[in-house]
Amino acid sequence: MTQPVSNCPNCGAKIVFQWSSSVQTVCQYCKSILVRTDVDLKKVGQVADLPPDSSPIQLNTEGIYRNKAFVVGGRILYEYDQGGWNEWHITMNDGASAWLSDAQNEYAISFASTTTGLPSATQVEVGQQYNWNNQNYTVSVITPAHYRGVEGELPFQYWDKTDVTFADLRSQTGKFATLDFSDDQPALYLGEFVEFDDLKLKNLRSFEGW
Amino acid sequence: MSAGTPPLSTPPKPQAKALNCPQCGAAITLRALGHAETVVCESCHSILDAKDPNLQILQKFEAITGGDRPLIPLGTRGKLRGTDYEVIGFQRRSIKVEGISYHWHEYVLFNPYKAIRYLTEYNGHWNDLSVCKDLPITQFASANYLGEVYKHFQSSDATTDYVLGEFPWQVRVGEHAAVVEYVKPPRVLSAEKSANEVTWSVGEYIYGADIWKSFNLPGSAPEAVGVYENQPSPVSEMSKAFWGAFLAFAIFLLMLMAGFDLISNKGTAFESSYRLNAGEPKGEASFVTDVFNLEGRTSNVEVTTSASVDNSWIYLNYALINQDTEQAWDFGREVSYYHGYDSDGSWSEGGQKNTVIIPSIPPGHYYLRIEPEVDPTHPPIAYSVQVKRDVPVLGFFGIAFLALLLPAIAITWRSISFERARWAESDHPPMQIHMDNSED
Repeated sequence: MTQPVSNCPNCGAKIVFQWSSSVQTVCQYCKSILVRTDVDLKKVGQVADLPPDSSPIQLNTEGIYRNKAFVVGGRILYEYDQGGWNEWHITMNDGASAWLSDAQNEYAISFASTTTGLPSATQVEVGQQYNWNNQNYTVSVITPAHYRGVEGELPFQYWDKTDVTFADLRSQTGKFATLDFSDDQPALYLGEFVEFDDLKLKNLRSFEGW
Repeated sequence: MSAGTPPLSTPPKPQAKALNCPQCGAAITLRALGHAETVVCESCHSILDAKDPNLQILQKFEAITGGDRPLIPLGTRGKLRGTDYEVIGFQRRSIKVEGISYHWHEYVLFNPYKAIRYLTEYNGHWNDLSVCKDLPITQFASANYLGEVYKHFQSSDATTDYVLGEFPWQVRVGEHAAVVEYVKPPRVLSAEKSANEVTWSVGEYIYGADIWKSFNLPGSAPEAVGVYENQPSPVSEMSKAFWGAFLAFAIFLLMLMAGFDLISNKGTAFESSYRLNAGEPKGEASFVTDVFNLEGRTSNVEVTTSASVDNSWIYLNYALINQDTEQAWDFGREVSYYHGYDSDGSWSEGGQKNTVIIPSIPPGHYYLRIEPEVDPTHPPIAYSVQVKRDVPVLGFFGIAFLALLLPAIAITWRSISFERARWAESDHPPMQIHMDNSED
């Protein structure tokens, strides 16, 4: 498989896209945020050093979800007043794009939904019920969060954010949904909670003493 | 994967930073890597911001609760349900019920790969809790979680009294949370409501001894006091086992009875009717019957005496005599039947029939010697004697049945008492049986 190769417009380092649909990546050397254009890469920003974080997942961590292998290609790191969480962008071996979220070692996998007619940030309240894809979801928590940074490849341009709002919804069957209000149009992700052991993760971070 | 893969960004190393409490200067150890939100100084009990490099003081702790040390020291590692965990935090929380304060302890368990777990301890009763992934469905006084119904046990307002170590959330002494608990022993389902979030967790009862083993703790676990909300009843399983055994034995007995019934020949060996005239001289009353044959194995003999007694009695001295060996079995039977009316209505006593079983009679030729006695003033009485060979003795089975039934009932009673003790501590206590006199 040939992967598109370019050079970082900032430092000249080689940039390899692992996933052909990636729109954005971060140069591993100079931490420039690079966005793909038709011809080359454009530097759009700079990632400040990410705060020391405790996720056992890292770029290139591999795992299995529903009998499909996946690999971690990038992430968005958020913080809120009770801690932080990571949204790891994963690519399934059939090319599908999904998110593995890690909130203090509670894991969930979700996929972007094309559902339209989503509520706006001001309309959502805790306890409200929504039905998407014949599944009932209850709004369990609305989290005002701060964007802290990005790493690796992402399927869309995502940088230069400050405060973002998320609404988490749960079902009675282990399914979960997230409404992401960080852009003008709300985005919906539908997925489910997963057990660490079930993901059979490899290339994990190692922790001293563990 | 191409060879041109850029090197991974080196993940930040776990920092065993030398930190000091800004309040008292004591050394602070951070165990949970980046997971801790708050850490408590073990020396002065100030709550510090674990995410802040300067450990900004979030709350100074004023009244230190003396003597309330964690039973599992912070930093202890143990294996719980196949995963290694380290105890990183400890808190004491309490509720007030009818003016009485009850407190319990919570331990935060950390593993860098797995979700946080909690251990709770109340009066020697332990629970292992984790956050629910599914949303329980609450109905009136119950909650359904993963298809199982949990009964509402208690709703209370929990206050955090005391904290030690690290917490993955912002913890403060004096914080309140509405806690609603549902039980389905050995599990408990608990909802904690704070200002903007409801957190459901599910726990399972663990015996202290198992915790001591898991965490390799010295000595032995403190003894559990009383009955805890989700403590599995030690007798309910036993009760089930007893009733199961009882059922199995009852079926076995029934089959045994049926078997005996089948192999018993129950044949009537002898039958004859007589008439006794009381006026006759007593000496002539004794007579012997014809010889009859008792066949088969050594077995019992049932002698049935029927008499047309009516407000009268007849007494018969019997001897069952083996013609071949002259061995005799003596026995006496009375047939009496009395009835009438009194202020309480009609009454009756006795009956017109009497049956006796003589055990272990070897086969052979037998006859009966019968000596009847009656009230001399009585008109003649007709009576008949029937001898049956090898009848099934059901009374024995009845005794065996009772011998099995009694312990099963006793165990069930203990099980009910246990459940009463459990629910006595809940919001739904069972009706109290008052031993005192209500007229006082």
